[in-house]
Amino acid sequence: MSETHAVATESRGPLEYATKDGQMKIFGFWVFLGAEVVLFSCLFAVYLAYLHHTAGGPTAHDLYEVKGFLIETLLLLTSSFTCGLGIHELRRRNKAGVLAWLLITLLFGLGFIGMEVKEFVDYVGEGATLSTSAFLSSFYILVGTHGAHVSLGILWMIAVMIQLGLYGINPVTARKAFIVGLYWHFLDVVWVFIFTAVYLTGLVL
Amino acid sequence: MEKNQSFTHDDHHGFPWKHIIGFILSLVLTFAALFVVLSGALPTTMTLAAIVVLAIFQVLVQLLMFMHLNEHEGAFQTISMAFGFLIALAVVAGSIWVMSFGM
Amino acid sequence: MNMENIKDFLLHDFFVTGEPMIYMADVAIILVSLAIVFVLTYFKKWKWLWKEWLTTVDHKKIGIMYIIAALAMLFRGGADGLLMRAQLALPNLHFLNAQHYNEIFTTHGTIMIFFMAMPFLFGLINVAMPLQIGARDVAFPYLNAISFWLFFFGALLFNLSFVIGGSPDAGWTSYTPLAEKGLDPGVGENYYLIGLQLSGIGTLASGINFIVTILKMRAPGMTLMKMPMFTWASLITSVIIVFAFPVLTVALAMLTIDRLFGAHFFTADSGGMPMMWANLFWIWGHPEVYIVILPAFGIFSEVISTFAGKKLFGYKAMVWSMIVICVLSFFVWVHHFFAMGAGPAVNSFFGVSTMLIAIPTGVKIFNWLLTLYKAKIRFTTANLWALAFIPNFVIGGITGVMLAVVPADFQYHNSYFLIAHFHYVLIAGTVFAVFAGLHYWWPKMFGHMLNERLGKWAFWIFVIGFNVCFLPMHFVGLMGMTRRLYTYPADLGWTPWNFIETIGAFAMGVAFIIMVYNIYWSARYGERDTTGDPWNGRTLEWAVSSPAPEYNFATIPEVKSLDAFWEMKKNGEVEKWRKQPLEPIHMPDNSYRPFVISVLFFIAGFGFVFEWLWLGVIGLIGVFLCLALRSFEKDEGHHIPVEEIERTERAAGRL
Repeated sequence: MSETHAVATESRGPLEYATKDGQMKIFGFWVFLGAEVVLFSCLFAVYLAYLHHTAGGPTAHDLYEVKGFLIETLLLLTSSFTCGLGIHELRRRNKAGVLAWLLITLLFGLGFIGMEVKEFVDYVGEGATLSTSAFLSSFYILVGTHGAHVSLGILWMIAVMIQLGLYGINPVTARKAFIVGLYWHFLDVVWVFIFTAVYLTGLVL
Repeated sequence: MEKNQSFTHDDHHGFPWKHIIGFILSLVLTFAALFVVLSGALPTTMTLAAIVVLAIFQVLVQLLMFMHLNEHEGAFQTISMAFGFLIALAVVAGSIWVMSFGM
Repeated sequence: MNMENIKDFLLHDFFVTGEPMIYMADVAIILVSLAIVFVLTYFKKWKWLWKEWLTTVDHKKIGIMYIIAALAMLFRGGADGLLMRAQLALPNLHFLNAQHYNEIFTTHGTIMIFFMAMPFLFGLINVAMPLQIGARDVAFPYLNAISFWLFFFGALLFNLSFVIGGSPDAGWTSYTPLAEKGLDPGVGENYYLIGLQLSGIGTLASGINFIVTILKMRAPGMTLMKMPMFTWASLITSVIIVFAFPVLTVALAMLTIDRLFGAHFFTADSGGMPMMWANLFWIWGHPEVYIVILPAFGIFSEVISTFAGKKLFGYKAMVWSMIVICVLSFFVWVHHFFAMGAGPAVNSFFGVSTMLIAIPTGVKIFNWLLTLYKAKIRFTTANLWALAFIPNFVIGGITGVMLAVVPADFQYHNSYFLIAHFHYVLIAGTVFAVFAGLHYWWPKMFGHMLNERLGKWAFWIFVIGFNVCFLPMHFVGLMGMTRRLYTYPADLGWTPWNFIETIGAFAMGVAFIIMVYNIYWSARYGERDTTGDPWNGRTLEWAVSSPAPEYNFATIPEVKSLDAFWEMKKNGEVEKWRKQPLEPIHMPDNSYRPFVISVLFFIAGFGFVFEWLWLGVIGLIGVFLCLALRSFEKDEGHHIPVEEIERTERAAGRL
């Protein structure tokens, strides 16, 4: 901890980097995202190894429907875009703009979670549960871990929006908004791989 | 490290072109991947290779155009993500290979 | 509910009953707890405990707490080891039954790796690393406290198993399908899974914390290639932690989901693959080996360089060999299960990659030897541990290369030869290192030296006992004795070797007792360190008083070269640096929340262990509330005024 923690070191640049504390937390979050890449890679590895371990239960071909996962993909892609616009407004120091774009992001996120819950409920209705086969165990845990991340992201984003509303844009709230933005984009990165390695690959193999 | 603190001052004042181009690119890449799979035009391995390549581009769009990966501690941040993806590749490819018992 | 049911549950499932040794442990735990409560109350120390320790975010105090906990766990894990050696001293003994033996080797391994080796090293990193880079704390002090308390309560949860519910018994590797619900009902394995999960989360957070600290908080002028070797080792270790621990997190979570919610990740039916557990466990597990050895290499580098009075030989080669080890460590994991039956391509690849690691490790050994070459070596206790490390560790390294030869490995696999190998690397590497580090940095932590005479007695007894215990294991291993065997027949020729091993093990126990006595003796009568630099040190931790003040450095020194403090002393710049004008110092505030959040995690964990999901959910809701509270808290820290710094520095004789 040094004296520079609370002192702006660069007045013109983005506020989230204005303090040493902000710089360290953003950098630390990137390192955490590196760990998250590895965490998800294990889930992907297990899923791909178990792709055909269906034990007589439903297979990928039986379950996945293009319309459903395409809508999920578009919802999440768009939310990543609107979140990016939120951070753009953050850097223009436009509080109303940040809050508006983050709110839209949240709505898309909620829509995504709603779709995913419906997808899971439908699958269970077709007799595909966590305990049916190793394939389904790995499917639910991979996609579900991503869904849990998105749900946590929604709660987190609400907390950050409240603080932006209460305290305005300052080095602390700007840093928090930027980091939750990183998290949100990262969930889209993971989803791109789920879209590719789970749904599209499931249709191919 | 310190010399990496070049914030692109011009891009956060005007119209968010970077984000819009990024969004269009990600839509194009998504539909391209879907098209490759649904058309069934390519053999299976080619299809898989194509969608993986498209996914990698899509991720680069997110990292560079939305997430500002190269800002501030750009070098360390890039190393962190790159090493993460290297280990991820080792885990995924290695596990599939090992758990197929090398068959 | 009737009373009979409750009584039945408590006596059969909740408390472990029917074992005289466990009743003795119950009594001991209750007596020790009562004694602690009594002492704290009698000396009115509760408030002190809370304000100075439980809520602290000071890296030095957190480091000391890590070390105390690790010493306690060394005692527990060591006691397990001695019980195993007692059981195996003679053939056909029934001192322990098979089940009890299974439990004891499981807890021995798990505790020694997760709750002794790692926290001991984390303790030393916490104490020394920020001081070495001229920082006033770690990057995220609040998170650092969370890391410690998560480790602490993870360890507590794991240790609870042996009096409540029963210990895990599937080995520290917890291989499936043996560790699955079908073959291993009861709560023992749940303790393993949840306890490690809690402390694992803390470890990951520490990794991130140390990386940011080292990369962003170094004193001005300290470029990466001017960092002390221990700091480099901490950085590389943290990188390995960040990219390896998520794998353990996933593996533990999957097995937990298998056991609690009926998934089929590692079951033998419904498409699950038991070997997938081994695969994931060792993808984490091999990097873990380097997580516990690289900081040890860092400690030896500091100690050898200090007591040789010379700059470390081949600094750059040392750094690069650690980086190479870091990358290679992620590409060798299959060598832990060559015998699984994978094809020749898989086994050859991993055999060769394993042998490659010997190259950078060999580079380091030669660098230490050349640092010692023609030096005026001071044979302090710390340095004795470092010097003993070199030959003993090389034995473990050589047998490691033997084990990497795939066809030969089929012969050694899971024999006592393997046990000998990994004890030679883990004890001669990690344990010798933490003892060296303990003696080396003790004055910096407490302001007095550990007694050298007692230290050397402990050293010789331990090192001789270690070799007496583990060298014969090579032989019985080659004679066919397999690991995890609870007893053996008399006619195999193993008996004399096993008896000798047990004598060695108890010698190590005696050495441990001497060491603990040394801590007590030195606290009362040990030589006080008034200079802050008792060893004529080379790095910045020796530039501040002993024990280091809360803010570490009254003013941050400017670093011009490697071995920054040595250069300052040589160029007569120390006085000038100390006379620099003081400014108020910004420090983080203490917080009760890391402790509370970890208690809540513990409660949630206990709920999941007993599969009382309601309790687990309550605990997790509490955790989330704490996170939300933290998010809305304005944590701005406080400033230490100049007058107070002056007072502290004057009291240390520095102004």
